[in-house]
This record gives sequence, C-alpha cells and structure tokens, in this order.
Amino acid sequence: MKPLLETRNLVMRFGGVTAVNEVDFLLEEGELRCLIGPNGAGKSTFFKCLTGQYIPTAGEILFRGKPITGLNSHDIARLGVGIKTQVPNVFNGLSVQENIWVSARRGRTPRMTARIVEEAMARVGIADLAARAVGELAHGQRQLVELAIVLAAEPALILLDEPAAGMTHEETERLAAIIREINRTQALIVVEHDMQFVRMIARKVTVFHQGAVLVEDDVEAVMRDARVRDVYLGKRVAA
Amino acid sequence: MVPRFLLGTLATTAAGIAITILIPMVADAFEVMQYTLYVVLGIYTLSLAYIWGLGGILCFGQGAFFGLGGYTFAIAAINMNETTVPFLMAIFIAATVAAALGYFMFYGRLSDVYLGVVTLVFTLIIWKLINSTAGPEYMIGTARLGGFNGIPSVPPLNVPGDPSRMFDPVEVFYIAAFFLIATYLLLKFIQATRFGRLSVAVKENEVRASLLGYDVRMIKLLVFTIGGAIAGLGGALYAAYQSFIDPNAFSLEMSAKVLIWVMAGGVGTFVGPLLACFGLQALSIWISTVPWANSLLVLGGILCFVVLLLPKGLLPGLADLSTWLMARARRRTPPEVILPAPEGKRA
Amino acid sequence: MDYGLVVLIEVLRAIAGLVLISIGLAIIFGMMRIVNIAHGEFLMLGGYTVVLSAKAGINTWVAMLVLAPLVVGLVGVAIERCFIRFLYGRMLDTLLATWGLSLFIVGFVTVVFGNTLEGVSVSVGSFEIGRFRVAGYSLFIILVGAVLLAATVAVLRFTRLGLIARGTMQNPNMAAALGLSPPRIYMVTFGIGAALTGLAGGVLAPITGVVPTMGIAFIAQAFITVITGGAAIVAGTGSASTLLGSVSQLTTFATTPVIGDVALLFIAVVLLRILPQGITGRFFRRSL
Repeated sequence: MKPLLETRNLVMRFGGVTAVNEVDFLLEEGELRCLIGPNGAGKSTFFKCLTGQYIPTAGEILFRGKPITGLNSHDIARLGVGIKTQVPNVFNGLSVQENIWVSARRGRTPRMTARIVEEAMARVGIADLAARAVGELAHGQRQLVELAIVLAAEPALILLDEPAAGMTHEETERLAAIIREINRTQALIVVEHDMQFVRMIARKVTVFHQGAVLVEDDVEAVMRDARVRDVYLGKRVAA
Repeated sequence: MVPRFLLGTLATTAAGIAITILIPMVADAFEVMQYTLYVVLGIYTLSLAYIWGLGGILCFGQGAFFGLGGYTFAIAAINMNETTVPFLMAIFIAATVAAALGYFMFYGRLSDVYLGVVTLVFTLIIWKLINSTAGPEYMIGTARLGGFNGIPSVPPLNVPGDPSRMFDPVEVFYIAAFFLIATYLLLKFIQATRFGRLSVAVKENEVRASLLGYDVRMIKLLVFTIGGAIAGLGGALYAAYQSFIDPNAFSLEMSAKVLIWVMAGGVGTFVGPLLACFGLQALSIWISTVPWANSLLVLGGILCFVVLLLPKGLLPGLADLSTWLMARARRRTPPEVILPAPEGKRA
Repeated sequence: MDYGLVVLIEVLRAIAGLVLISIGLAIIFGMMRIVNIAHGEFLMLGGYTVVLSAKAGINTWVAMLVLAPLVVGLVGVAIERCFIRFLYGRMLDTLLATWGLSLFIVGFVTVVFGNTLEGVSVSVGSFEIGRFRVAGYSLFIILVGAVLLAATVAVLRFTRLGLIARGTMQNPNMAAALGLSPPRIYMVTFGIGAALTGLAGGVLAPITGVVPTMGIAFIAQAFITVITGGAAIVAGTGSASTLLGSVSQLTTFATTPVIGDVALLFIAVVLLRILPQGITGRFFRRSL
C-alpha cells in the first residue's frame, strides 16, 4: 500500500535561513504521529509546506502517491488535508455554528451539512457554545472550535499545530481523548511541546532540530534518547 | 434569528416603497428629478457596501464602474436610438471590466493596500483618457466622446420595445427606485445564500477559507464582478436621468464619496450606508450653495474625522458610544482590574 | 541625427519628470509604507509656493529650489504630527486618512485661491539643434532629476541620518532600544519625502501651470512608478522611471499623448503580473 503522505528531500529556505532542511518523511494510512522539537526547529514551516501556504524551495511532497508540491492551499485541502494552525485561524466575526458550517458545506447537501455540523460540535464538546461569536471565546475554546472546523471537512489527514496550547488541564485531557478517537478513522500529525501530552497520545515520534529530522522512533525510546534531551536543554548536538 | 432577519428586510422594503410612492405626491417634477439623483447614488452606494461589507474588498475606484456604466449607456443609446439594449450593455460592460481587473488583482494575490491603490489608479487613468478625448476625431459610432465636456443629450429611457414612447421624469424616478429596492433585495438574498455566507467567511479569514478547500480568488472575483455590475446599473441610470455624462464620474471625488458613505454608515450593513449617502449628499448639495465653503473641503474633513475617531463607521460608532455611556452609568463599583493572561509557550 | 537628439532629450525629460514626481512618494510609500494619496496635493502646494513667491517679487529660482521644498516639508511635518502618527501600522487607514486630506487640501486651496490656472514664467529660453528648437527648461528638469537621484543615494548611503532612517524603517523597536527616537525619525523622514515632492511641484510648475486640482494628474503615474519600481527607493524609482518614461514618450512621439499614457499603464500592468514585487523585487535587490 502507498503511504498516505511522503516528503522527499524537502527544503524550505528564506533568504539565507534554511527552515526545513532535506526532510524525508513518511506517514502510513491511519497513523498518529507526534512532531516535537525546540522553538524554531521548523515544525510549523514544515506544516505550511504540506498545506501549500509555502512553496518549498526544493524537494517533493506526495499525498497518496500523487505529487502536491506547489499546489494551491485550496487544492491540497480538497484532496483531504486539514490543518489546525498554530495561531487559531477561525472566522472571528461568525458564530461557532457558522464557522463549522463553512467547513462542512463544501460538496455536501444542506441536510448532510446540518448533520455534520451537529456531529462535529458534539464530538469536540462545544455544542453549548453554538450561537456564541468565536471572537469572544477563550483561547482554549477557540482551539476546540478550530478542531471542530477541521473535523467537519472530514479530511483523510489532519495536521494539528500545538492544539493544547492555552488549554486548561481538563481541556487537555479531553483533547487527548478526542485525538485518539479521531485516529480510529483518520491519520494525524500533531506538533506539540508538552511531553506529557505527547505521551498521552503518541506511539511514534519524530524530532525536528534545526530544520532536519533528528530522531524518529517510538515515544519511550525518544524520551530516553540523549540527543533529544540535549536539544531540549540547549546543548550542542554531538555530530 | 431567521424571522428577525426577514422582518428587517421586509420593513426596509416596505419603507422604501412607501417613500417611493409618497415623494411624487408631495414634490413637483423638478424636485422629483433631484430625488432621482439620490436614488441613483443609492444604487452606487449599495455596490460598494456589498463588495466591502460582505466580501471584504476595499475598492478605491468604484467610480470607474459607475462611469463605465454611464458612458456605455450614453454611447450605445446615441448609436441605437433606443435604451433597453444599451441599459443591459452598461451593466454587462461594467461587470466585464470589473471581472478583468479583478482577475489581475485577485489571481495576482495583491494585498489589500495594493488593491486599493490599483483600483484608484485604474479609475484615474480612465479619467485622464476620457478627459483627453475632446477632439472631434474621438467618436464611437455616431457618439462624440467630448472629453472634459462630456456627452450631452443622452436619450432618455424609453419603454422596452417601443423607442418612440419615452418615460417622463416622474416615471424615471419610479424606475430608479424600483432598481434600488430590487438591488437591495438581491443583495439581501445573496447574503442569505450559501455563496453569500461563504464570502463573509472569506472576508473574515482568507487563510482559513483556503485551508478548508475554498478558492478564495474565485469567490472574491465573483463578488467584485457583481459589485461592478451594480455600479454599472447605477451609472446607466445616472446618465439616463440627467441626459448627460462627463468624466467627473471617474474622478477621485466620485470614488471617495461612496467610500465615505459606506464608512460613515457602517461597513457590513446596507441601510446604514444608504442613509449616510442620502444625508451626506444632501449636506454637500447644501454646502455648494454656501459661498465660502467647498464640498471637497467638507468631504475630506469628514473622511479624516471618521478614520481617526470612528473607525467602525458613524452609526456603529455612535451605537458603541451609547453602550459605553450606558455601561458607565450602570456601573457603580470601580472597574475591575483585568490582569494580562499568562504568557503561553509559543514557538 | 538632429531629430534623434531631440527625441533623446524629450525621452530623458519624460524620465526625469517621472523621477521628480515619484521620488518623494518612494520615500513615504516605499520606505515608510504610508500610502499617501495626498501626494499630488504636495506637488500642488509646491507649485503654489512658487506662484505666490513670484507674485511677492521673490526670485523664481529661489522660490523653486528653496522655498517650495521648505514650505511643503513643513506642511508634511505638520500633517505627520496631526494625522499620520496615529496611524502607523494601519496601512488602509493611512490610505483613507490621506485621501480625506487630499480632498481637504484641494477644497481649502480652491476656497483661498480660487479654481483658476496660475502660470509661472522662467527665463531660460531655448536653443536650436539643427532645424529643431528645444526648450532650455527641459535640460534643467533632466539636471534636477539626476541630481535628486544622486543626492538621495548619497544621503541614504553615506550620512548618519540615512543610516538611522533605513534602520528605523526596518526595525523601529531595535532603533528605540539603541536610544534613537522612532517617532522623531518617522517625522523627519516624512518631512523629507514631502519636501522633495514640494521641490518637484515647484520645478514642474512652469510647464504644467498651477491649479488646485493639478495633483490628480500626477498621482496615478507616481504610484505606478513606485509600485513598478519595487522596494528599493533609488534603484526602483530610477529603473521604473527609465522604463516607463521611455516607453510612454516614444509611443507619444509615434502616436499621441493619450496612447502614450495607455502604453505606460499597459507596460506597468504586464510588469506587475510578471514581477509582483516590482523591478527591484527581482533585479538590483541589494541596491538602495
């Protein structure tokens, strides 16, 4: 079977800065992968390349074997890639329900749309917020709204960029449960700093450092890895 | 939610119809003609209120489409000696030009500010070109462009299919009012459709919309084209009702005026900008009778004032002010100190 | 041969004209990111300074080269203090506010001086190239355009002020951390942009005549030139003026001024479709 997502030798440079450096990445259908790494390791840039917000300087991105490098964001989204961005990207002036409606309606009949909106809100647990304007919600709640927006589009691959940021402890636990539940039907890549959270959800973990993949292994093995600890503590990596 | 929304639209429509019937009863023919100007400018206002309020497209040269509508109507009507086809042509040409310009802007991914500058420059260029066509060699068919003198004796509107039966000024007023109300209802309808709601989403957050699989460029292009068509409709009526069109339709003042009306009335609504249009147009007509004042002076002053002090618009700004005053009156205890949220870890 | 020389002079004059009307805008828009719609009115105020000075019996050259930039520069500083400084970082609002300002100034000048065309005469005379007469004033404009470009490069590159201004526009917080005062630097930079525009208005006044509404005739070309030029002030203005000026002037020679204007617009639109960041977004990227 073809992998769901593959990058070959992916490079993204801004002027003299190399944010993503020759990344070869492979994700199977139905996989849940965590992406960790210190600030500025290139995780968000990597996501932006995957979703067409940046056009990579070099390399190739394949989605189910089909090259998607350099396509427009909306074309990639239509193929089935959904993303929750790092800074919540929502329609602040619209209500929670309308936000999700916008996502759910593409390519669906009004009746189906209404059902999917209800389901997405229930799944994330924000049905009680339906009529509130998103702009006035707390940061953690907005994160959940964005997650529901992404779910409502029913993408095959979901990218989550720091979904737990700004959440209370209970919200974080609920989020972990939601992510595990999503993973029964869809593949996910989750960028997160919070190691405890990573432990709650992950099996395989990829560590980014200075734009390149440093380690890729089982979560417990990664936690034990001396290089990873050095990177997080700011020591220089012994080559 | 839905019934209230419908109720407001119906109430506005009913008020519009009532005023339309009332005005010719209390005013003489000359005054009715003056009111026609307000109605025509109202259609023009709606065109910008729509693309800005529901599409988030800040067009600084909306006058270009208004003027193109007017000129197209004038030239075609002089050539054809009838007005129904020219009327449709005016809308079509304005929409086509808007679509062409929009294609360059949206598919070239111009940012808001550049979009503003490009639309502004666009209307200025047309203004300059039309102004320099005063010579007798500039003819389209039998119509002389006339440069800065404009095109006089544009045929008045006639009954479709019967060029010999012209509408009188009061009938033209009814026609213009009909189109204003119809445009309002059309835009309200668009607002309620899936496309309309989607365009609002695009206005709110383009990145999110495109990450959900919507082609933002296409949506904006459609909104812009519809706006161009409506401005063209306004322009055609403008040329028809006063039997005249000149390059001032393309002037900066014409584009600035409509922007001020929409800003003052509140971006995102239709009735607000319409009221602002009627009120401020009446004001500038009054100013033109005062010897020491100048309409540009006042217009510019209002624009600066609104931008600096009421960035949300006159009506919403006043509403904000009153809520603030009411909240202040209600609050007996000193305001609670709001602590800044603890800084989350951000990459 | 003679004809070729005449055409060359006229093309150079067209280029210098574009440089004159757009260099101030390049500083205010290109460097400070303020979309100044009142740019045309700065030109107009420069023109009026010359007209009024001439009426008061002041030497025209002094009025043109000293008073016009001085007066408009001060007006620019006043405008920056009263309006622009509240709007930094809000590009669309600066656009709207300066548009209001533009209308206001036109209205104000119309009320004070009336809506009539005022002329300025300068005694430069003309000279002959073969069978053709060329106005000496054309050479003067070419000279002023060249000097302006050279002076801007010199100021930006070799003076403390230029370095400070460039640094502040790049990163105002860092400049403040180094003990500079960004508000004052913004004010001065805006004033200099306005002053250069006033100078241009003064120098062009004898050719164009002066009316309250004259700004509108220039603003489109000025914006097209600056946008086509891209980020670099001098290289951008210089290259865009050269390209657009020669195309429109040569087209004008071959056809009519109207077609010349169309050609200018056409080239600019095509260029922007190919080079969305302007000429200096692709070429001469390291220049000023």
